[in-house]
Amino acid sequence: MRNFFLIFLKEFRTYFNSSIAFVVITIFLVLSGYFFYNIFATFSTLSFQAMTNPLVAQQFKELSITEMVVRPFFGNLSVFMLIMLPMLTMRIFSEEKKSGTIELLLTYPVRDSEVILGKFAGCLGIFTVMLILTLPCFALVLVFGEPEMGVIVSGYFGLFLMGTAFISLGVFASSLTENQIVAAVVSFGFLLIFFMMGFSAGFASERIGNILKHLSFMPHLSNFAKGVIDTEDVVYYLLFIFFCIFLNMRSLESKRWRG
Amino acid sequence: MIEVENLTKKYGSARGIDDVTFTVEKGEVLGFLGPNGAGKTTTMRILTCFIPATSGKARVAGYDVFEDALDVRKRIGYLPESVPLYTDMLVPVYLEFVAGLKGVDRRDIKNRVAKIMDDCGLNAVSKKYIGELSKGYRQRTGLAQALINDPEVLILDEPTIGLDPKQIIDIRGLIKNLGGRRTVILSTHILPEVSMTCQRVIIINEGRLVAVDTPQNLTYQLQRSQQILIRVKGPEKEIISELSKINGVSRITAKENGVNGINAYLVELKKDMDVGNDIPPVIVRKNWSLYEMRPVGMSLEDIFIKLVTEERIH
Repeated sequence: MRNFFLIFLKEFRTYFNSSIAFVVITIFLVLSGYFFYNIFATFSTLSFQAMTNPLVAQQFKELSITEMVVRPFFGNLSVFMLIMLPMLTMRIFSEEKKSGTIELLLTYPVRDSEVILGKFAGCLGIFTVMLILTLPCFALVLVFGEPEMGVIVSGYFGLFLMGTAFISLGVFASSLTENQIVAAVVSFGFLLIFFMMGFSAGFASERIGNILKHLSFMPHLSNFAKGVIDTEDVVYYLLFIFFCIFLNMRSLESKRWRG
Repeated sequence: MIEVENLTKKYGSARGIDDVTFTVEKGEVLGFLGPNGAGKTTTMRILTCFIPATSGKARVAGYDVFEDALDVRKRIGYLPESVPLYTDMLVPVYLEFVAGLKGVDRRDIKNRVAKIMDDCGLNAVSKKYIGELSKGYRQRTGLAQALINDPEVLILDEPTIGLDPKQIIDIRGLIKNLGGRRTVILSTHILPEVSMTCQRVIIINEGRLVAVDTPQNLTYQLQRSQQILIRVKGPEKEIISELSKINGVSRITAKENGVNGINAYLVELKKDMDVGNDIPPVIVRKNWSLYEMRPVGMSLEDIFIKLVTEERIH
């Protein structure tokens, strides 16, 4: 437990010492701020037009800030996470393998699980900071409208689970190679495949289509963004995370028996 | 303290080390000698539980490196050859991190780090990031992290490589002081280092153990005959014929012609004969001048080359 905490703290600090955290968080916030502005501006223009022109108003059953700002914004955030989180996780093992520091780390009296979970938690810490810093956007929504709080809370919960899943895959990819670019490409590629898997459901038979949809990230997030916390979605993300961490353990362990 | 039995490590079909057996007693400083690629690092990595052996057993402080890896790792300090450190950490912060991982008591960490930084001469760089350090300071930081938990066994892979002469002397001094209290395994391909710091030497070549002994014994055993070098001023032929008459001298050869007619001669002696007292009187009687007379010991370099090229086992 103590080793886990030490490694977590070290990784968390390293992100700030090496300025990775600042760059990733800043770019993430710039992107999300820009997209939030666009969504919000579109919504306010529409509301304004609906107020002055009854023909426009007729096109919408209701102009809901939750439906038209909060929900699409969660969708946007998930895409930025998809791009940014592999950049965050790519160094976590690869850098140590390349520089050889892994040799010292793994000859300290530390369990593999403590190393993996510590590093994982370090990334998770940065990601949590990222998410917290997007809160001002929702504060603005609260100032100018009356969104449903439940949706915001469940949306954040969904994003957090999704990001954790992204990180678990990224950390695993990083443990496979000493090349950071390879780690980033592998994790980004696989995340994108999981992200979009549901798209091809329409062309497949019903059974396979269902499987693809259930394996995909997107449908599981959309429930959260609607304000629905379904155990199915929670279990999906948790299983994904546990599976990646399990693979990670095996990949680190393989060094001990591989010739 | 360290027992290695028939240790073999294969990398695919390539051989890392082959059937290596040796033991190290508590408090001993053992030198691990061999050319590049001989298997020194492989052996050390197995002892530190970083990689597994293909076959054979290794025990450190009574714990098997494969079965009880955590117990072994608690008791060792390890400095890999490349001195891999986290470049983006401050020196004391890094040492505190390592101390924590190595199980130093939370309340002791600050004191321990302060003491080790003192011992390793790191106080000058206490506000620097490891990435900014010179090679010498990096090496010391590496040594400090190995020593931070006061380990029973210290495994150092080429600890003086790439240092300037002053730093080499410092580090050697530090290592020498560690002996007695701790068991040290030290790998190197710099031979004088071994004779200076180690009580026992293992010579390894192409993954095989070639010799295990004290530096002195190795020197002694490998010398087929003792040699004395003398520098004398006088007529060459006469000197050779006169000195050859001395009982115990097996052969005498002119080595080189020096300035002012002072020539060097190599006197080879029969085994276990001491003629040190017999040579000067002859020279004095003949009215030649004796400028130098010294025994020629076989240096570790000679032994090393001899063993590595001939693969003779003693």
